[in-house]
Amino acid sequence: MRDFGVNSEIWVEIQRKNNYNNKKEIAPGGFVNVKKETVMIRMKVVLSNLTKKFPNRDKKAGADVVAVNGFSFEIPDGKLVGLLGPSGCGKSTTLHLLSGLQKPTSGKIYFGDDDVTNLPPEHRGVGLVFQNYALYPHLTVMQNIVFPLENQKGKDRLTKEQMREKAYEAAKLVQIEELMERKPSELSGGQQQRVAIARALVKMPKILLLDEPLSNLDARLRLQTREEIRRIQRETGITTVFVTHDQEEAMSISDLIIVMKEGVVQQIGEPQSVYDDPSNLFVAKFLGTPPINVFEGTVRGGKLYIGEEAVLEVTGISDRDVAVAIRPEGFVLAETGAFRLDLTRVEVMGRDVSVVSTHPFSENETIRSIIRAENMSEIRGTTVRFDLIPQKVFVFDKETGARIRTDL
Amino acid sequence: MEEKNYKAWLYLLPALLFLGAFMVYPLIDVFIYSLEEGYNFASQSFSGIGTYNYSYILHDTFFLQAVKNTFILVFITVPLSTGIALLISLGLNSIKKLRELFQTVYFLPYVTNTLAVGLVFMILFQKTPYSDGFVNLIIQFFGGEAIDFIDGPYWAKMFVLCFYTIWVVMPFKILILTSALASVNGDYYKAAKVDGTSRFRIFTKITLPMISPSLFYLVITGFIGAFKAYSDAVALFGTDLNAAEMNTIVGYVYDMLYGDSGGYPSYASAAAIVLFAIVLTITVINLMVSKKHVHY
Repeated sequence: MRDFGVNSEIWVEIQRKNNYNNKKEIAPGGFVNVKKETVMIRMKVVLSNLTKKFPNRDKKAGADVVAVNGFSFEIPDGKLVGLLGPSGCGKSTTLHLLSGLQKPTSGKIYFGDDDVTNLPPEHRGVGLVFQNYALYPHLTVMQNIVFPLENQKGKDRLTKEQMREKAYEAAKLVQIEELMERKPSELSGGQQQRVAIARALVKMPKILLLDEPLSNLDARLRLQTREEIRRIQRETGITTVFVTHDQEEAMSISDLIIVMKEGVVQQIGEPQSVYDDPSNLFVAKFLGTPPINVFEGTVRGGKLYIGEEAVLEVTGISDRDVAVAIRPEGFVLAETGAFRLDLTRVEVMGRDVSVVSTHPFSENETIRSIIRAENMSEIRGTTVRFDLIPQKVFVFDKETGARIRTDL
Repeated sequence: MEEKNYKAWLYLLPALLFLGAFMVYPLIDVFIYSLEEGYNFASQSFSGIGTYNYSYILHDTFFLQAVKNTFILVFITVPLSTGIALLISLGLNSIKKLRELFQTVYFLPYVTNTLAVGLVFMILFQKTPYSDGFVNLIIQFFGGEAIDFIDGPYWAKMFVLCFYTIWVVMPFKILILTSALASVNGDYYKAAKVDGTSRFRIFTKITLPMISPSLFYLVITGFIGAFKAYSDAVALFGTDLNAAEMNTIVGYVYDMLYGDSGGYPSYASAAAIVLFAIVLTITVINLMVSKKHVHY
């Protein structure tokens, strides 16, 4: 693994501050002797009850806008974490709180065991990649990457040669060594993105933050770059948090995803387990393409009804109205299937077939179900009948959208 | 292709006609006048052709005084006004409350008439038998001695002229610079902050390069404007600028054409050509310097 040795200066800085706060003396140079060679920076991040309120622009409306509300979570060290949600859900604010560019209204942030809540961004040791990359247009790629190093003062300051060496190291990591003398305007979007990542990595941050890293790239480059981010994160082992509104993006590369809605964390977990076991209707709807199909349903006498059809057996739930959500892959064609839908059309996608249909009790206008292409010939007439796979069917409270856990 | 070319020229024709008739032709004409010795408007005659006109003005003490005044004015007011305007713009950019009020206040001189402002300055600075003027009252309050800024020593008059010029050109520069500063994307500053950039370094490495096109524009137009200064001096010291030792090159040209000593279009033309050469030289130097330091 590449040497991204310990970031001693920032580390010492934090230590010194903490010691100062505790009114303890620090032995001169006490922390400078940390082994410089091979220690990886592994830093868990703890968010404790983090809240950020913004004063309302419209003074008459009065109440503050709560961008992030009671966010508590521990990000294990060395993980790639996707912060996911629709626009305006507070994910970028969370990132800014982590970077220190914004101060939380209440709550605490810990990097490792250090409380960094009131630490300004430059002492946190974070690398931040902006959505628009924020590369300095008048500086070359080299000068851009070296910029953070040139900010360091005193004994931490490297010589010109060392700076160049570090810059090349970072550039090599993101594979832009040949572009060092270019200006940002002479680079493609993907290359600019890499330069921005190199600039964030060059000072060896403890945490790398990426704000919508792929949103400015075209579809092909997006696929490639997300692999790249994954690779860089693996190689450096730096705890990385990235923000996205694209669920596919988050699911594909994250170790963990955090789904947010209106400032409140909805669910945290590994992508597959969040997909397979959503904690509420919002998460179920937000993850997955094509999206999940939602129906009005009722539970009566141990059976789950959609309209007048009993589609599944359920246990452990009293009779009530519910929202039923079925993943597109949860439908199995069956001549005698319990669930009957009105067929609109069949879309062929090669490997799979997407069956588009309607149902009077569906919340969505159309229902999409994915079946294997070889079963296509079974579809005839104006209706289709399905059996449902119980693991792909989720039941939610009709009003609150909270998951009702049942044995289907 | 040919037809397109023809069309393009047709579109350019109005501008070309006007520029040719009112810019290029007069410029050439002035150059010709400057070589015609003893030209007389009335009889449209001249006594000979040569460089005597240049030789005359370059030996004329009034012209040399005017050149000296102009250069002092240019090299004091352009850097000072641009620098102060930059400071004020930075200040304006960093405050939130009352920002619009201050912007309006700073912009007021721009919409005020030059001569009216000149009158106000005269009242502030002039020393008369009846009153010492506002500025002198302040100087005396701090134990200094009253100075006649309008009819007094050369340096005092030059100070008033420079002060006045700076004050008059400031609003436009502040306007341009505040908008230039506001158009710098805030993400650059955020990125710099995360990287622990000092305020001084942010200013020199980010802010200055980002607003350098605007700054450069102000310096170029500032130089040209200051070289062409005339009405400001008249507003402060009246029309007999030679007597007040406060003449500028444009003032000299005007005097040679229409002033008490008027009726010498040849000398006026020569002086105008000299001014043109000076402005051209300075602007070319500016352009050369800018190649290195201005980032578009």
